[in-house]
Parts: sequence; C-alpha cells; structure tokens
Amino acid sequence: MRPRRAVAKTYKLYVGGAFVRSESGRSDAVGGVNVPRGSRKDVRDAVKAARGAFAGWSARTAYNRGQVLYRFAEALESRAGELARADGARGEHADAGGGEHADAGGARAGGARGEHTGAGGARADAAADELGAAVDLLVHYAGWTDKLGAVLGGVNPVAGPHLSFSLPEPTGVVAVLAPDAPDVLGLVREVAPCLAAGNTVVALVSRTSPLRPLDLGEIAGVSDIPGGALNLLSGRLDELLAPLCGHRDVNAIVDASGDPSIAATIDELAAETVKRVSRPRPDTDPLTRLEAVLELKTAWHPVDT
Amino acid sequence: MSRVLTPVNRVGVDERAAALGRRSIKTTAKRQGIRLAASMIDLTTLEGADTPGKVRNLCAKAVAPGLGLAPVAAVCVYPALVGVAVEAVTGTGVAVASVATGFPSGQTSLDVKVLETREAVAAGAAEIDMVISRDAYLAGDDARVAREISAVKEACGDAHLKVILETAELPTYAHVRHAAELAIAAGADVIKTSTGKAASGATPGVVLVMLEVVRDHLWRTGRVVGVKAAGGVSTTKAALGLLVLVKETLGDEWLTPSRFRIGASSLLNDLLLQYAKLDGGHYGRAEDFSKE
Amino acid sequence: MATVTRAALQWDYAPAPEARDAASLRSSYDLFIGGEWVAPARRVATINPATEEPLAEVGSASASEVAAAVAAARAAAPGWAALAPLERGKYVFRIARLIQERARELAVVESLDGGKPIRESRDVDVPLAAAHFFSYAGWADKLSYALGGRSFAPRGVVGQIIPWNFPLLMAAWKLAPALACGNTAVLKPAETTPLTALLLASICEEAELPPGVVNVVTGDGAAGAALVRAEVDKVAFTGSTAVGKEIACALAGTDVALTLELGGKSANIVFEDAAIDQAVEGIVDGIFFNQGHVCCAGSRLLVQESVAEEVVRKLWARMERLRVGDPLDKNTDVGAINSAAQLERITSLVAAGSREGAERRSISCALPDAGYWFPPTLFLDVAPAHRIAVEEIFGPVVSVMTFRTPREAIERANNSAYGLAAGVWTNNGAQAFSVARELRAGVVWQNTYNRFDPTAAFGGYKESGFGREGGPAGLLPYVRLTV
Repeated sequence: MRPRRAVAKTYKLYVGGAFVRSESGRSDAVGGVNVPRGSRKDVRDAVKAARGAFAGWSARTAYNRGQVLYRFAEALESRAGELARADGARGEHADAGGGEHADAGGARAGGARGEHTGAGGARADAAADELGAAVDLLVHYAGWTDKLGAVLGGVNPVAGPHLSFSLPEPTGVVAVLAPDAPDVLGLVREVAPCLAAGNTVVALVSRTSPLRPLDLGEIAGVSDIPGGALNLLSGRLDELLAPLCGHRDVNAIVDASGDPSIAATIDELAAETVKRVSRPRPDTDPLTRLEAVLELKTAWHPVDT
Repeated sequence: MSRVLTPVNRVGVDERAAALGRRSIKTTAKRQGIRLAASMIDLTTLEGADTPGKVRNLCAKAVAPGLGLAPVAAVCVYPALVGVAVEAVTGTGVAVASVATGFPSGQTSLDVKVLETREAVAAGAAEIDMVISRDAYLAGDDARVAREISAVKEACGDAHLKVILETAELPTYAHVRHAAELAIAAGADVIKTSTGKAASGATPGVVLVMLEVVRDHLWRTGRVVGVKAAGGVSTTKAALGLLVLVKETLGDEWLTPSRFRIGASSLLNDLLLQYAKLDGGHYGRAEDFSKE
Repeated sequence: MATVTRAALQWDYAPAPEARDAASLRSSYDLFIGGEWVAPARRVATINPATEEPLAEVGSASASEVAAAVAAARAAAPGWAALAPLERGKYVFRIARLIQERARELAVVESLDGGKPIRESRDVDVPLAAAHFFSYAGWADKLSYALGGRSFAPRGVVGQIIPWNFPLLMAAWKLAPALACGNTAVLKPAETTPLTALLLASICEEAELPPGVVNVVTGDGAAGAALVRAEVDKVAFTGSTAVGKEIACALAGTDVALTLELGGKSANIVFEDAAIDQAVEGIVDGIFFNQGHVCCAGSRLLVQESVAEEVVRKLWARMERLRVGDPLDKNTDVGAINSAAQLERITSLVAAGSREGAERRSISCALPDAGYWFPPTLFLDVAPAHRIAVEEIFGPVVSVMTFRTPREAIERANNSAYGLAAGVWTNNGAQAFSVARELRAGVVWQNTYNRFDPTAAFGGYKESGFGREGGPAGLLPYVRLTV
C-alpha cells in the first residue's frame, strides 16, 4: 500500500462554540505543534461569548444541564482512547527527552498527527486513568445539577408570616486558570463544577500541555454544551492573567494554577470589581468547588395567617 | 360579570396597623384622645332584652358621660326603641341611630328592609345602620347588594346611611375593600365594619383597609364618606389606636364625629377609667362608673 | 355625618421619650482585650448625632493595641476551639439571653449613639441581635450537618469590622456564627457608634465567656486597617464597597479568608397589579427605615408607568406623615443622620440630583437646630444615568423611575454594579417568582421589604460583596474545610 501523509491538525481556540485562530495571529510551538497564543482580545471575545451564553445556560432546567454534562462525559469517553494515546505517544518521547513536556517532536510525530505508534507502558495506563477520571468527574457533576438546591438551599424557618427560602444561583462568568498538569483532568476538574452550577466559563488551559485541552474543546463542541458556555484559551499566563482576571465582566476566578507567585496579582485584579476568588487544590471537595461559583439568593413572600 | 378585586396584601396591612398600634399616646395626647374618642362614640345597646328603661339610662349617659366629657355622638338602638331614645336626647346634640334591615343577619326581604328603615326614620332616627346582604355578596350577586343599599338609602330620606359590611364574614381584605367600594358607590354615607354580633369586629387591619378606601374615594371624587369602627372596641388603648389609624391615614381633619365613629357599649367606661387615672394618678376600678 | 357637627381637633402625640436613664453610660470606656478592660493610649468622644453632645469617651485603638487584642484572641483560640460544642453553644445562648434582659438599655444606647429611632432599635435591632445569637448558639454542636459531611476546623482568630448603621445587630451577625464555629474574635465597631459593642463586651463578661474569646477594640478606619493586617485568619467586613475593595487588596495573596458585605443600590419594583397601599408602605420601609442608612435600602424605585401617578401621590402623602425628630421619642419614624460626614455626603448627592435635572421633593418637617438631619426626600424624573440612580446615597432619599414592561424593569434593576437586594410588588404569583429569579441580587423581597431573620441568608451578588450571613450558609465563612 502506498504510504500516505497524515493531515496535520491546526489547533485552535474554542470561543463562542467556534474554533478560531488567535485574533493576534500568533502561536507558540508546544511539543512541536503551533498552539494559538491567545491575546487580550481573545480574552475579550471569550468573556463576551461567555456573558452572552450565561442567560441561556443558567436558565436551563437542572435536569437539562445534567443531561448536557452527561452527554459531555459520553463524548469524552468515546474519545478517551484517542486522547490517551495522544498523551502516551507524547509521553514516550518526552521521557526520552528527559522532560515531561519538553520534547519538541513527540506530539507531532505521535498521536496528534494521527500516526498510531502503539504507546504502551505505565505512561499510557496513567493517561487512560486520567481520562477515565475526567469522564467520571463529568458524570459526578452531571448528577449535581439538580441536587444543589437541596444541599445548599432550603426553606428558612423565619419568625414571621413569610415564606422565605434560599436557593443557589450561578455566580456568572467564571475565569478558570487550569493547572499545567494534569492537563485534561485538571481542566475538567475546574470547569465541570462551574458548568454544573450554571456558570459560563473562560478557561486558560495548561500552558505546558495545551493540545489535549484544546482537543477537549472539540469534544465539547460536539456534545450539547451550548456555544459560549465553555470557552478554552491557550496562551501565556503572564500575558493573559491581567486581561482575564481584570475583566470587569468576569464574576469569579478559579485559580487552580497552583502558582502562589501570581496569587496576589489575581486577588488585586479581582478586588477591583469584587470578584470571588477560589484556590481549589486537587483534593478539594466537589461541594466546596461548587460553593465557590454559586451565590445564594434569599426570597421572601408574605403568607396570610 | 365576574368581580374584579383590587389586591390587598393582608400581611402588609396588618404590619402597618400593628406599627401604628405601637404609637405611644401619653399625657396630654391621651387626655385629648380620650375626649375625642368619647365624642365619636355611637353608644350602643342591641339586645333582645333592651327596654325603654335601659335605653333611657343609656341616653342619659350619652348626654353626660361624666368627668366633664362632652356628649357622645349618638346612641344606637333597635328600631322599636328609637322613639324612646329620641325623646331622651332631643336638644342635647346627641343623634339617634337605629339599626335596620333585618339586623344583624339581613336575611329578610328588601321590602321588609325598606319598611323597617322608613319606620325608624319616621320615629326620629337621624342615622340608619344597615347590614349588607352577605348571602348575596358571598354568592357573587353584587348587583343585589348594591340595589338594596340604594333602596334603603332612598328610604332614609335625610337620615344618614351607615352600611355595615360585617367584615368578619367576608373572605379577605380584598373583599373588604371591594364591598366598601360597592357600598360607597351605592350611596353609603358611612361604611361600618361590623354588627358586633360576629366573631370579630373592628380589627385595626380592617379599619385601615376601609380608611384607605374612603381616602381613595375622596381623592378620586372629592366626596367625603365616613367610617364607623364597631365591634370589639372596648378599651381605651384600642380606641386611641383607631384614632391613630385615622390620623395617619386620612389626617387631622378626619378627627371628628362627623367623619369617624366608634360603635361601642362598654368602651365609654374604660375611657372614663383611664381619664380619671390621668387626673388622679391612680388606677381605677370598674365600680367607679355606672355601667349603664 | 352632618347629623353631628363638631369641629375636628388638632390631635397630636405628646412627646413620648424613652427614659434615658435606662442606660447608665459611663464617662469613658476602655478597650476590651483578653477579658480585661484595658486603658487605651488615646481616647475620643462619641457624640449623639441628634444633639451633637458628647456621650462618652472611647478608646481610639492604635495598631499595637489592635495587635494586643489579636494576640489575646490567639491565646484564647485553642481552648475555645477545644471546648465541647454544646458547652460553646451554651455560652452563646447565654449572650442571647443577656441581650434580652438588657434590651431596654441596649436600645436606648443604640439610639443615643447612632441617631436611629427608638422604635427601630427596640423592635428591630435589639430583638434581632438576640435572635441571631440564639439561633447560631444552636448550631455549635450541629456544624457537621450544615457542612455536608465535610471535615472542618475553626478558622482561628477572626477580625471583624462592622458599620455604624446597625452597630449591635452587625456585631451579632459577625460574632454569633464565629463563636458557634469555635473561633475567637476581635471586633472593631464603627468610629461613630462604638457604645453598644462595648455593652456587648460587658455582656460577654457577664456571660463569663472565657477571656480573649471576644475582644472589642474601638477606633477609626486606621484601627480597622491595622486589624486587617494583623495576624488574623479571617476578616469579615461590612461597610462601603470602596473600603471592601481596599481590604481585598490588602489581603491579596495571603491565606486570610475574607467575606464582604458591601453597598447596594437596590431596586424596589412596583407592578401595576400590586397592592398599592402596601407597596407604598414597603417603599417607605425600604428607604426611610433607619434614615436610609441601610445597605439594602430600596433606593431605586421602579414603578410601572400605568400606576406611577397613584404610587407617587400616595408615597408623597405617606412621606408627609413621617415623624422626623428625637430618636428617643417612641413615635419618631425617622431619626438623625448618623454623622456630619454622612450628612455631607447625602447633601452633596442630593445637590447633584437637582443639578442633573431630577425634580426634588423633600417633606416640610421642622428639623431640630442641633444635630444632623435630612428630610425624607424623593426625586422624580430621574434618569437611570443620574448619579442619584447609580451611587449609593445611604440616606433618606429615593429615586423614582418608571418602566413599561417586566423585561424593562428587570434589565433596569440589574443594570447596576451592585446586587444586594430588590423588592418586587405584584399580585401575580408567577410574575413575582419569575422576576425574583431574574434579579441578580442576594435578597429578593416579594410584596414585602427589609425583612431579616437569623435563619435566612443575607448577602450580595456582584460588587455588593461575597459570603453570606444568616442561616447555615452563614457558618461557612467561619470554618476551614480540611479537605
């Protein structure tokens, strides 16, 4: 059979349900692949898309949001092997190169270009485990959507002739700074609670391993996640931190970067418009993550006695 | 035609009424308030056992309540005793009011109601306290309620017509409001809360709703309609509370018996007790004043 | 009833002042640190805003005095946290009871020091403060139920900075959950209203609360700033959005937990099918309660155009019956403005309102010569872009705007940097709930306004702050979730 050349994929940002090049026209070579280097205008576009999607997404019934997240889990499961191989292939080269993400040729030569190299060993197992965990997390949060009100809200037994109840509502547009690693699980772990709670998200994906997170955008794109509810940007933290965390239309920041050196900067940017900032650790409880991106609304209504 | 109710928020009404009920009326305000409340009383006896003697005693008290208080506004009796009352109060400034129209239930024919009204007026009653037909109102027959009020009003001639809504038998405050508007439109000179024979009477909330109706009517048409709070108003505190409601809903110009009345039998004695306490500084006892 | 002709009487309420001797104020107060009354290096007078007369001298804590209070709280923290939860709760119950027992004294001092009508301090501030301690006391031994089974520990030492509009009540909102969760606290009351916090300190003493569990340091903004920067594990602040932002910046990059309850420009929305008279009461309560010194005050009145005339007429008539004057008089509805500085702010914003073209109407009540006063005021013809429609006035001033459709009302209500509260007046239940759902505000009162309860969460969206006070959600800021 005549050898054929694989068709290389151009990696794109996922903004407003579309796959777009960076407005800046710039890219960074990561693992030998040109990854779009998101700019402040990409942040602007993504936040605008997220804001535009917020009313619709937050107004979905909890049942519907749960099914959409479950659909996302299904879609990820069906492509988990592919993503795992992508990682495994890159991992082999990376190991050879002596640094986890340092190798320039791994991804290009490997799964990202579609040439199956039969990745094996512990690295592949770990990648499969990571993807499985990501799928499981999506399933977990899919089941949260219609439990939030029961767990976090309820009727307040006030001392007077009123029906008072408190119910959780999404905070709004959430900026997520995903950790560098694990690239997929770390991203899913932060965006899933945001989406389950009814927020829309602008996430800055792993700076060191952005490829699979951007692939995740494609999976989201073919699941039922509405355009704009989840926006994924790749790029440099030092460039995007201020535009994203300082954006006045962002309501909350989930800083899962794990980088204490940027905490003060983020907090100061957040203070300008009183954004909620949370710093989940990998082992932070799901309920705690959900609370970080939820408001509590208390309603009162008189009751005739 | 289906009835259109203007919304009234019961909790809001009761909260406002309760807040006004916490006004502190002390010293000179209390003294003046007691005099004012006494002057607004329709001193009432509506018992099967009422006799000419009892009515004459009542009238004597109405004319000269004691402690130098001015006469009350009116005495209120059954039609059969109007003549006795008229004789007793003529020339004193105290009016004679008579209940009519099959008081307290109103469960009789319009002809009888009109006839009863004419007889009471003929006997000298200057004011007629009629009841609305709750049977008709609760069945949704607003037209009949209105028709009866108009007929009785016509039968009153120059006598003033007070229309009793019997609010305890109405479903909600919105109905109190609606029935009050209906009565006013049909010709009531005064709207009155209760017969005194039902489970509850002139509660602050009901009075507030009715005061708001007459205020709105005044604003809309310029016509003054009076309000009479009757039923269960037996303490000075309750009476002063009513004055507060009137003052803060309609203003000082409504603090007159020509615009606001309190229908009561035992209130006057409590007013006297409290009035005496203001002078003497000591709490009094019931025996200090004649019960009749 | 021309049958009886007598002239109407001018009947007015005689003065009904609450007896001032219910409160025996001392001439000066120390700082309450580590269970001791510690003489401060510097004292300032706190004045009665209704008369400008000094009431007492109180400490103006320095940074080192604040640090001493934090150290005392730190020293007390392990013991307090280790106490059996029910025992901890019993102390908090005891505080609730003592507040009830000393209710009259607390109410009088609150009105003297802050200018609010005794009717409110007596019927709202003090009973709610007691209720708050009582409710949270019961949480002390049930925390795990409120936390979804997560493991937790107290934060440790919490620094709490409270405003001058509800001095005792805000102290209760802050201290009750903190103590129930096993924290020790340093409370910094507002500069102009320190007295009831000091009485609360004496109540803590009377309750035999272990020394250092509650510390009260009076002082100005500098003392608050010192508290934020001291060795505390958590800061809780209620006050202006500007200061809230400063605090957030001061704590940037630290592990110190923060909750903020900040300003608001809450919309009170009246639909044409509302019970108008009760809506008018709600408007009055919404903006004139506590002279409008209320973070959730309904300062933007949005009225459906079809009933605007009726609502404004009734509102104005109702406003003209407001009794403005001596806060200690039991019949006073609107008391004194809390401070000269606040009066200045109100005056300048009202001037801006007139300058920008809105029609100002202030009631023509006699105002006392001494003290700080501002007549209840409404503005008509307000455009959404006017400063009086955007900025928090924190005074007895309501800006009236009209709308045509529910959609327009919701959009206008949400068109604010703030998101603390809102009112919705409609007789249509479905509309009430659908509008409430769409309002981006932490509290929505439907056919009522300014209702508070220790079991009901209170707090804002957007720039009105984050974190909740009241209800089980009010516990969260005061625990560290260990996983």
